[in-house]
Amino acid sequence: MMGRRENLRRKEGASPSEANLRDRYHGWLQHHRLSAADSLLRVLDNLGPSLLTWLVIGIALALPVGLNVALDNVNELSAGWDSPAQISVFLQEGISADRANQLEIELSAREDIAQTQFVSREEALAEFSTLSGFADVLASLQKNPLPNLILITPTDNLQGSSVSALRESIQGMPDVAEAVLDMEWLQRLNRIMELSRRLVMAIGLMLVAGVLLILGNTIRLAIENRRDEIVIVKLVGGSNAFVRRPFLYTGLWYGVGGGGLAALLVSLSLWYLEEPVGNLVLLYGSAFQLRGLGVMGALNLITLGGLLGLGGAWLAVTRHIASIEPR
Amino acid sequence: MITFDRVSKRYEEGHDALREVSVSIDRDELVFLTGHSGAGKSTMLRLIMLMDRPSRGQVTVDGQNLATVRPRGVPQHRRNIGVVFQNHQLLFDRTVFDNVALPLIIAGYDHREVGRRVRAALDKVGLLNRERAMPLTLSGGEQQRVGIARAVVGKPKILLADEPTGNLDPTLSAEIMNLFEAFNQVGVTVLIASHDLILISRLQHRIITLQQGRLVTGNAP
Repeated sequence: MMGRRENLRRKEGASPSEANLRDRYHGWLQHHRLSAADSLLRVLDNLGPSLLTWLVIGIALALPVGLNVALDNVNELSAGWDSPAQISVFLQEGISADRANQLEIELSAREDIAQTQFVSREEALAEFSTLSGFADVLASLQKNPLPNLILITPTDNLQGSSVSALRESIQGMPDVAEAVLDMEWLQRLNRIMELSRRLVMAIGLMLVAGVLLILGNTIRLAIENRRDEIVIVKLVGGSNAFVRRPFLYTGLWYGVGGGGLAALLVSLSLWYLEEPVGNLVLLYGSAFQLRGLGVMGALNLITLGGLLGLGGAWLAVTRHIASIEPR
Repeated sequence: MITFDRVSKRYEEGHDALREVSVSIDRDELVFLTGHSGAGKSTMLRLIMLMDRPSRGQVTVDGQNLATVRPRGVPQHRRNIGVVFQNHQLLFDRTVFDNVALPLIIAGYDHREVGRRVRAALDKVGLLNRERAMPLTLSGGEQQRVGIARAVVGKPKILLADEPTGNLDPTLSAEIMNLFEAFNQVGVTVLIASHDLILISRLQHRIITLQQGRLVTGNAP
């Protein structure tokens, strides 16, 4: 009897829990839109503090990204120097010019060698005295201290390790005193670049952690400011997810704005450097041009900022929202 | 609809807010809950709302033993209960409309449905023409009616009120009580905590009296 009455009444007015799934999905989407718009409005309403947050994030992201872009440019510049390398083959003392000539012919016959050039010890001494300005000192020497030299250019398609192998095989020849690869400074440069990249990576990771903490703290403050509101929402049945949503969007907006600002800062710095770099490379007769972030780079940076924003907000909301309960 | 079975609540500092309270409230009933401040009125409401859990005993609401409701299920449980507070608990940076719409937004209603229901609820409390107003521009009685509209907009089966007339003059208080009676007449179970004995004794409803956490009168309908 009672049950019948109950059924009738339940049909009259659907309770919230009976809102059907499709409506709920629409409502959920709608709340996302509402939260996103509302959070954006709040961020823009407090433009001063928001701008500060954006700047902090922007600078923290621009630093490692800018350094990375600079390294990319150095890489690009040095890529042209990678090969062909030159091997200087110093011959044993007492090897005659004839023997040296013969050796040069032997070497030039090898498939992995594109070009050879024989520099006799007399030629070397003459060149050295004109270039060094020590002509007088050299003239006073009783004996030419310089060895005979053959300069070797490996074929273009020879890569780093095979060039080293070539050097070693020449080093092993009986008439050869020493074979020196003139690429060592380039290898050092590459090592330095590698080290720099790791440094930039480490700095980047630290700054990213900093950004996460800053965002987490900013969102924590936003949560504190709206504590009363959270309590009310929870009292009328708002879940943690519902309460979280606007704060996650706030984090997203901070992050996206910071990422955009970082892209702007990097582009501005590159623009500022463009002229002096152009003048510098002109002196070296190079056609090198500074490469910027590009549209994709900027979009990636904004995406990264957005993800960091979400991450920082997530750190804050998971820690603080669950602890705010109606008392 | 609401059953307390030998419910005790002891707070951590050792204060006994409720002692062995057993009481049952039927569907369709309007019941007043009275007693001095600190007698345990608010504690009973808090237990029904799952803002607290009993130390001993069992609370059952709409056939569900609340001990079986996990923390994740608490929001859903609260959506089935409308609550009115003495201090209104309104969002002062939102319009009257947005305040009343909050439970519907939480429950995920479509915006057309939200508009329809919010206006219906505002109409019932006589504030239809104030939907765009900010709560702070309203009088205390109007703010309380906004709170009531928010409590009933989701068509809950249960309506709880904690000192809903606490800050209002007698005329306004009587109007608010009339509103609660009207909702009760359309089938909502209403439980009102109030120490305004003069007002509530004029209305012909069951009165549950608490004294120092014990139930004194009003155990049976």
